[in-house]
Amino acid sequence: MESNLITEDKQKNKLEKAFEILKTMASKPSGLIGLTIVLFHVVLAIISPYIAPYDYKAISPNTMLLAPSAEHWFGTDSLGRDVFTRTILGGRTALTVTFFGSLIALLWGGLLGIFCGLVGGKIDDVVMRVVDAFLSIPWILAMLLIVSLLGTSTEVLIPALGFFYGKGIVRVARAATHDVIAKDFIVSARARGHSNMSIIWNEIIPNVRDAILVEGAMRWSWMLLGFSSLSFLGFGVSPPTPDWGLMISNARGLMSFAYWSVIAPIVGLSSLIIGINLTADAFAKALGIDRSTKAPV
Amino acid sequence: MLLLILKRIGLGLITLLIVSLITFVGVEVLPGDACTTYLEREAYGAALDACIKRLGLDVPAYERYLEWASNVIRGDFGYSLSGEMPINEVLGPRVKNSLVLASVSILIGIPLAIVLGIITALWRDKLPDIMISTITIFSMTIPEFISATLLILIVAIWLGWLPGIVIIPSDATFYELLSNIILPVVAISMIMTAHMARMVRSSVIQVMASDYVQMAILKGVPYWKMVFRHVLPNALLPAINVVALTIAWLLGGVVVTEVVFNYPGLGRLVIESISNRDLPVVQALAIILASIYVGINLIADLMTLMLNPRLKSLQIRK
Repeated sequence: MESNLITEDKQKNKLEKAFEILKTMASKPSGLIGLTIVLFHVVLAIISPYIAPYDYKAISPNTMLLAPSAEHWFGTDSLGRDVFTRTILGGRTALTVTFFGSLIALLWGGLLGIFCGLVGGKIDDVVMRVVDAFLSIPWILAMLLIVSLLGTSTEVLIPALGFFYGKGIVRVARAATHDVIAKDFIVSARARGHSNMSIIWNEIIPNVRDAILVEGAMRWSWMLLGFSSLSFLGFGVSPPTPDWGLMISNARGLMSFAYWSVIAPIVGLSSLIIGINLTADAFAKALGIDRSTKAPV
Repeated sequence: MLLLILKRIGLGLITLLIVSLITFVGVEVLPGDACTTYLEREAYGAALDACIKRLGLDVPAYERYLEWASNVIRGDFGYSLSGEMPINEVLGPRVKNSLVLASVSILIGIPLAIVLGIITALWRDKLPDIMISTITIFSMTIPEFISATLLILIVAIWLGWLPGIVIIPSDATFYELLSNIILPVVAISMIMTAHMARMVRSSVIQVMASDYVQMAILKGVPYWKMVFRHVLPNALLPAINVVALTIAWLLGGVVVTEVVFNYPGLGRLVIESISNRDLPVVQALAIILASIYVGINLIADLMTLMLNPRLKSLQIRK
């Protein structure tokens, strides 16, 4: 934490600093692998509609459950759709929804956590009780309930996921705020008569930003896991949208003789989640934050 | 000490009270009530009136909440809409099945995690650590439904060692369950073990770097004596809380695993009741699962307090 005090922060060009962090992350093999995988998936998500060889929703009885071949690299599924096409398109919804979901989670969780950490007292007690209560409801039950009552459109999924994955960030942001709140520069800002808002914006955020960002990166992979689980259970995106969770759930029943249609989306989803995890770990290490003893909350 | 325990229990009860309010308000605020969601297109006329009457939806919300809450405290969750039977009868066998699955997984998972965690910490950055750590990272990051699906594909379909999908009636006897839960137990304990082993590893590494361990090494305490006498007791204490959180966190993951393996536990009931739009059951499940979470955390907190003399005196001085 000491290394990113504001004084130092201001001296360095922001871009330069970001580049330096990237370099530190890529200096270890695990970080490099993670970054490469994430970059690959992001690029793939952007270009896949242009390079997809077939129509993802074209159903054809002539090409049902074909084994992988030169025409269909990953074979075809039970409706005759090309598995390669659907696999490279399958991460687009998941990436978009979870990226914006994580942003929302970071924003509200981070700000509320900083606020609670700063003001303390009764407000803090009440908010933390409510956060605890939300933490004790299994996320899957809450998400399923929301989705089944409000529908499964992205307009529902993004804020719902953002809300449910933000409650853990509240705790992290609050703890990080507690760490800096007793430091001299905050005391002196108070003595100068700065308002709470000004202290949060100018003194606390620059110092807790790293911890919150790392937590957000971690949440991103959990949110991806949650989103795919919803799709898998049939409560996420609706068919025929290509989505890995949905593809795995559809192909599962026939995997004893058409394993390719289940393996391809499994590789896609697992590699992305592992990639994000490795990247988040490398990110944390590059910023000097130890989260190895954190529990999965 | 007694005061502290009472305070923790009190906080847990407050959390549960808030959970009950959240689930109740949530169901109220979200569009549709129990009757219109359950009856869907048939929600008109006599059927709707009868349903509203039966569930007492015609009285104000706060009165309903009070009545529901007081019934829940007495252990009565009301009636399930789809099964037309008391929720308690629906829940009973499911709770038992989930308990069997969870306890077998925990009995296998915790000792395995401790052993793996210690091995990886003592041989840090050597071959055993690199191998085990890579496997744990894989098994904790891959979604439950993927590892479960892969297990079925490899063990049941390709190797043909075990039946992939078993049909277990929800009132199966204990022995019927035991013979059919091998794959679900492997799937669950794999993730749980991975989380805990990583935690134990970093905890052991931290303690190994502490002054008193250095002191013990300099004093010439034999290596294994030092590990068992000085390192492990200190390293495993903080693990208790993480074990609790991991178990609680698995409550969500178990839902998916139970669906993949078609296992008739609480998790599949969650999916069934939501698919059937059976809101009274959903509310009951939310309270039960939250109580398990709060209960496990409470036990872990108290255990840490009991086992750590330093923490005890610290708390009393406060």
